[in-house]
Amino acid sequence: METLKLSALPEKDKQQPISHGRFEAYVDNGGTVMAVAGKDYCVIAGDTRMSDGGYGIQTRKYTKVFQLTKKCVLATSGMQADTIALQKRLKSMLESFEKEHGKPMSTPAIAQFLSNTLYYKRFFPYYTFNLVAGVDEQGEGWIWTYDAVGSHERVKYSSQGSGNQLVIPLLDNQVAKFNQQIVEGNKDVSCEQVVSFVKDSITSAGERDIYTGDFADIVVVDKNGVHWEKFELKLD
Amino acid sequence: MEHLNRGGFDFDLCNRNNVLEKTGLKMKGFMKTGTTIVGVVYKGGVVLGADTRATEGPIVADKNCEKIHYIADNIYCCGAGTAADTESATALISSKLKLHKLSTGKETRVITALTMLKQMLFKYQGHISAALILGGIDINGPSLHTIYPHGSTDQLPYVTMGSGSLAAMGVFEAKYKNDMTKEEAIALVAEAISSGIFNDLGSGSNVDVTVIETTGVTILRNYQTPNERKFRNNPYIFKQGTTPVLKQDVAPLSTKVVIEDIMMS
Repeated sequence: METLKLSALPEKDKQQPISHGRFEAYVDNGGTVMAVAGKDYCVIAGDTRMSDGGYGIQTRKYTKVFQLTKKCVLATSGMQADTIALQKRLKSMLESFEKEHGKPMSTPAIAQFLSNTLYYKRFFPYYTFNLVAGVDEQGEGWIWTYDAVGSHERVKYSSQGSGNQLVIPLLDNQVAKFNQQIVEGNKDVSCEQVVSFVKDSITSAGERDIYTGDFADIVVVDKNGVHWEKFELKLD
Repeated sequence: MEHLNRGGFDFDLCNRNNVLEKTGLKMKGFMKTGTTIVGVVYKGGVVLGADTRATEGPIVADKNCEKIHYIADNIYCCGAGTAADTESATALISSKLKLHKLSTGKETRVITALTMLKQMLFKYQGHISAALILGGIDINGPSLHTIYPHGSTDQLPYVTMGSGSLAAMGVFEAKYKNDMTKEEAIALVAEAISSGIFNDLGSGSNVDVTVIETTGVTILRNYQTPNERKFRNNPYIFKQGTTPVLKQDVAPLSTKVVIEDIMMS
């Protein structure tokens, strides 16, 4: 006959471990960044909306584009906390470099350096999706696109963030002229045309992606320096 | 054969879905409406309001969908939750009410629609994800009800539902008063929906308003459109030949279709 159990508590082996909510280290604050390189300029755009990962807006005025040198900017989407930590880290390293070498870091060097910085945290990554854009010593436009752990590639155009999948097909068609038998227009596109196209792209992303909107920073980098423009997107 | 006539609720398909998900089958995502919907009772009737954004996760599937559904000539219903569920639930009850009206020979009452909806939703134990605001006017006067997916209901002078309900309720709690005029009620509803549109990412685009009073119903579709596109590039032109034509087959219409002249009597 089985022994009677007289206990209010559950049996030792049946005791469930008390499951606390797991600590979630990462959050995606949303947003879209994109960049297009011309012959001697780069146009970068990033929206300024920050969400709480759900349906709420934390702020409408969080700038995702960060100026690194007179010839180079960094555009980042993903987690705001990691973005700011990364920006601070890069800024301090760039300043050390300039003091040590007597000149600012060149854009290709910055591109490599960011990759190393990201890979350094390979096993607890910065939740950031980056674009480095600028001009090199000769004034030629460069764009580098990254994943969260530093894999990078030099490209003529790119986008990252929540609206990435909406923007990339547009860039593929209009910048790289994919899927078109007859290619229309001149080979050389003016900076104003590219700025207009980039504004259109980020507006379109804002239409269909709930995490993209409010305002956008449109940044042009050429041999004369970095020029910022504020552009309105929809607030809904 | 005995299992066919057990009676009660049958959730075999729900069990099957759960088993399938465990074995790794990914169910197609539902289109949810995100949504801000509101309703307010005023001196002579009811005003219902809704935003017009339908989302599939983080993507806007429809920028101008209709969330205020017809139930009867004197009853309308706003729906939040899974779009297919709100559409089919309201359409079904609307149809049942039409038959009911013909059977009774009397004007439909709001509580009839309410009872039909809540009994159906309870029967499905919350698996039908429809959160509704039912408003209308009948022999007992204007009334406004909320219906939750599991089948519970409330009757209140002002209500909000959906992901933007907190934003909208903030406006109501600050500005609602009893016995408003029609203009005041419409303005309040529009303000509450706007609050949802701008502060909730699941809601957006335009404000729809429907006014139900004894004299009739006024549908103000796109009452406000505060979210027109702000910038548009020059049009993108694709010349003929951009997409290569591999094969062409031209046939005159008369070989495919018989065209007749018929004398209409």
